[in-house]
Amino acid sequence: MKRIVELTINGEPRDMAVETCRSLLDALRDDVGLTGTKKGCDVGDCGACTVLVDGEPVNACLMLAVEAEGRSVETIEGLQPGVDTLHPLQDAFMRHGASQCGFCTPGILMMAKKLLDDNPRPTDEDIRFGLSGNICRCTGYTKIFDAIKSAAREMEAARS
Amino acid sequence: MRRFEYHRAETLEEASRLLTDLGDDSFLFAGGTDLLVEIRERLRRVRNVIDVKQIPGLSDITYDETRGLTFGALVTVGRLERLPLVRQRYPNLRAAFASLGSIQVRNRATVVGNICRASPSADTIPPLIADGAFVHIYSRTNMRVIPLAEFFTGPGKSVLAKGEIVTGITVPPAGDNTGKAYIKHGRRKAMELSTVGVAVSLTMEDGVCNDIRIALGAVGATVLRAPEAEAMLRGTTLDAVTVKSAADKAMEECTPISNVRASADYRRDMVGVLTGRAIKQALEAFA
Repeated sequence: MKRIVELTINGEPRDMAVETCRSLLDALRDDVGLTGTKKGCDVGDCGACTVLVDGEPVNACLMLAVEAEGRSVETIEGLQPGVDTLHPLQDAFMRHGASQCGFCTPGILMMAKKLLDDNPRPTDEDIRFGLSGNICRCTGYTKIFDAIKSAAREMEAARS
Repeated sequence: MRRFEYHRAETLEEASRLLTDLGDDSFLFAGGTDLLVEIRERLRRVRNVIDVKQIPGLSDITYDETRGLTFGALVTVGRLERLPLVRQRYPNLRAAFASLGSIQVRNRATVVGNICRASPSADTIPPLIADGAFVHIYSRTNMRVIPLAEFFTGPGKSVLAKGEIVTGITVPPAGDNTGKAYIKHGRRKAMELSTVGVAVSLTMEDGVCNDIRIALGAVGATVLRAPEAEAMLRGTTLDAVTVKSAADKAMEECTPISNVRASADYRRDMVGVLTGRAIKQALEAFA
């Protein structure tokens, strides 16, 4: 059975006609066409599908699309502030080489955005805790940590 | 995903009626972090999913010094984990909540869901049992409140009858003379299921322990109390020698199995180590 779901995706009001047993992840990727959110494990272990729902990070694979009714969903496609401008996190990830295959990167960027929004000066331990639900099998995390700390400093400098 | 019918209940009565009418393959759906995985990995046969998130009144958290902490069935693990009251007064619950899944999972998963899943290794259950928590159960004919320790009947099994719904949990107030701890033992620090979990809640009066509850996770068919170990500790100053013999007793009282995460012998040894450690940690409240 299909239902019409009204929601906001990256600030824009949308209607999706979705099967009621479809995950938010599949709906975003296949029905809306936003394939930036990745499907890694599809069971909530890897964090590649992390999106923000009403500002809180969740695994899009562990949520039904129909549950997003009336909610605001932010995906990696909404992270950059303008067509030609990158979010400081995206810029720092590029400069530090913080992604290799890149599959975990969208989820990690969404999680890092939430982390820095709540805690503009995270310690290594804060970052480790904040990213504990996101698995990267390429990098060993060092460059990801470097990039997040670098972005934190730049965002702090831009504010002052 | 394997197909199922999705129902959205607006009231407890409607959810309860749907559970009764739709038959055995029907399940309540709150956080969904276990249920959706079980559907996808074909671990559970599910025909009907009954979403309870629109039911009003199940998202409240209240605390007062006489009744204690009460939270509804839709309150997420993450919300409780971040609550200053939980950080300050229930460090045992805070430790359990912060160790469950990931931040993303905790933003969806509910504590009541973790309880109703009735896994012997569920992290939230040992500290709630050690604290003497109660379960509020809705039924169309006979509402009841029972101690959480009497809720479980086996792995994945509880006393819930068809059509009954857990609406919330009450944890007794955390007095100034109480000490609490929960220690989770796993192979890694995050995204882990417990190999062994030990919870201790105790009260001290003039340097003497007048009450203590020890709850052991992942070492039996349900989370277990260690009544003989507790009896050895009541009325003592919790000196090192007594704590050591009580921890040995707790090892005898548990009934672990060997599985992919650890052998029964290893689990039993860890019950001894962690019981001593958890008592010590609970006593830090008085330092």
